[in-house]
Amino acid sequence: MKPKVAFFDFTSCEGCQLDALNLDVGEVLGLLGAVDIVNFREVKTDRSDDYDIAFIEGSITKESEIPRIQAIRAQAKVLVALGACACTGGVNCMKNAYPMEDLLKGVYGECAEYYNTIPARPVSAVVPVDAYIRGCPPTTAEFVNVVKSLLLGKRPDLPNYPVCTECRIAGNVCVFQRGGTCIGPVTRGGCEALCVSSGRFCWGCRGLVDDPNTNSEKDILARYGLTIDQILERFKIYNSYSEVSKCQS
Amino acid sequence: MSELKIKVNQLTRVEGHGNIHLEATDGKLDRVLWEVTESPRFFEWMLKGRNYDDVSTISSRICGICSISHTTASLQATESAFGIKLTEQAWLLRKLLYDAEMLESHVLHVLFLIAPDFLGADSVIPLVATHGDIIVMAVRLKKLAYNLAEVLAGRKTHPITPIVGGWSKLPDVDELKAIRERLEKAMEDMDTMVAVVKSVAPMIPDFQRPTEYIALKDPKEYSFITGKIASSDGGTFDLVDYKQITNEFCVPHSSSKFAKHSRDSYMVGALSRFNLNSEQLLPRAKKAAKELGMKAPIHNPFFISVAQTVETVHAMEDAINIIDKLLARGLHEEEVKVKPRAGRGVGIVEAPRGLLIHDYTYDEAGNIVSANCIIPTGQNHLSIQKDFDALAPTILEKPEDEIRHTLEMLVRAYDPCISCSVH
Ligand code: SF4
Ligand code: SF4
Repeated sequence: MKPKVAFFDFTSCEGCQLDALNLDVGEVLGLLGAVDIVNFREVKTDRSDDYDIAFIEGSITKESEIPRIQAIRAQAKVLVALGACACTGGVNCMKNAYPMEDLLKGVYGECAEYYNTIPARPVSAVVPVDAYIRGCPPTTAEFVNVVKSLLLGKRPDLPNYPVCTECRIAGNVCVFQRGGTCIGPVTRGGCEALCVSSGRFCWGCRGLVDDPNTNSEKDILARYGLTIDQILERFKIYNSYSEVSKCQS
Repeated sequence: MSELKIKVNQLTRVEGHGNIHLEATDGKLDRVLWEVTESPRFFEWMLKGRNYDDVSTISSRICGICSISHTTASLQATESAFGIKLTEQAWLLRKLLYDAEMLESHVLHVLFLIAPDFLGADSVIPLVATHGDIIVMAVRLKKLAYNLAEVLAGRKTHPITPIVGGWSKLPDVDELKAIRERLEKAMEDMDTMVAVVKSVAPMIPDFQRPTEYIALKDPKEYSFITGKIASSDGGTFDLVDYKQITNEFCVPHSSSKFAKHSRDSYMVGALSRFNLNSEQLLPRAKKAAKELGMKAPIHNPFFISVAQTVETVHAMEDAINIIDKLLARGLHEEEVKVKPRAGRGVGIVEAPRGLLIHDYTYDEAGNIVSANCIIPTGQNHLSIQKDFDALAPTILEKPEDEIRHTLEMLVRAYDPCISCSVH
């Protein structure tokens, strides 16, 4: 029996779902041969509530999304958070800096009362998550990697070292050396330092490494006379939900 | 008394969350409603206080399908606020990246999301068995568009290298050459795509509802990211005057704002662009339009995807031309200098789904004071509703499944980007 796979989207840009499936012809056919996609609103009309693996995209930002994610959790044997919004809360959590009424009034004016919103949160803040595919968006390679592990019944083995490690392997000149700031020292790798390699800096889209206070890249910060706090402002773009407070504690 | 109630919860094969309700009694329509239920996201507030260097990174996250459009509109708004002019090379690269966006988005919509409606499938998945060649081609085209974007911008979804005033990294010339070869080969795929669309064209519902068509217009070219706002009812508008067109307002059943100009609704997107600018299509695209029997003006919204097909050919051709130009003039490192200043800037582009507006006001340090974004699908919601109002009464005698399917197809024809419209 092929495992039954479902994709669900919550509050997000829906880029991860489509990006995950940005596969080559062979990979598409391979995937379709290995699993049954039974629920995928963005590309498929028929849906079934009988599935084994659920990929969740997006963060939870509405009261009505809570029972929905709970029901999915109750059904799925394996629940995977796909992309930054699901994993860390992502950019959606930037709104949490404002009182919800101010937001509604600010955007919808007199019609504010028609709509509702709650502080945005990652999926793991509502239900237990079994695996994370990080990034905004995640790389296709990582998606394929995680799916393969899950199909073999294994826990996906994903990097827990900082982006800096991959950045050095890529041969980049460090952003700090160029006079800029970069969140690479405290961000979990796995993207091969894509943004730095593209001439920019790391925004921290893959979330925090497990122990940012002791990770080996502290020396980069020390060398440039910076503390973790000083680079956190930009880090809040993706990680304002809880990671920042975890880092400061 | 016979009662008919149709409810589609979370319409499928579109981006984002929307519902359809129809109620009729004794063959008479009581109401038909297009309802947008997407969660509000508040990007305009997230942008407040953000430095210009992070702004397009944040605003591209409004949409995963058209993130290049958001990036471009955002950069152009900031550049206009700071009075920055791009170099010719930077422009060519930006236009080339834009072609990748059009290509990917249109192929996805026409061949993955719409095709199942015409081929009697629930999704593209069973089509792998029944229409394998076409699906293999569709995957190949989508991947090509993705790779073109990747060569230029680091990745397609949420591009990295386009920055205020230019590029953080230039593409590799050999990679560009390799992509050019693939594009040239893919022109054959374009013939197949046109033939496929032509073969299903007789199944397109015959429905006409003339409305106002709005798109960018540029005297020099079929416009995607340049020009002024133009209306099929006459007149052009400067970009900064966009509010004269959009006039946003709220309705209780939609978390996206609606927009309205002089008539009961207006349409933006591929068909609007075709209706306003088809004379300026590149030769192969013109030929494709002829092959598909397309002659402006077309008042049938179901033809949006046919217009998208023509634009796919155009974008492919345009991309080849731009690469040739770039290779002929050679790529040169250019220093990007940005001097922030206080002021307002409006950036407007043709996203695959139509007019996309970013309007920013900056303080002198280059931090955003206020932001306003207007999304193509937000402008099309009212057009979808008005089409429903006109179409539904004419199909009420049909079997319930067919009514439901026709209404679903109508919304899908617009290629709505609903989560984008609720930004
Ligand atoms: S700080 Fe940034 S640029 Fe420097 S090594 Fe780490 S990831 Fe690379
Ligand atoms: S470099 Fe940083 S921001 Fe860029 S993809 Fe990697 S983790 Fe995300």
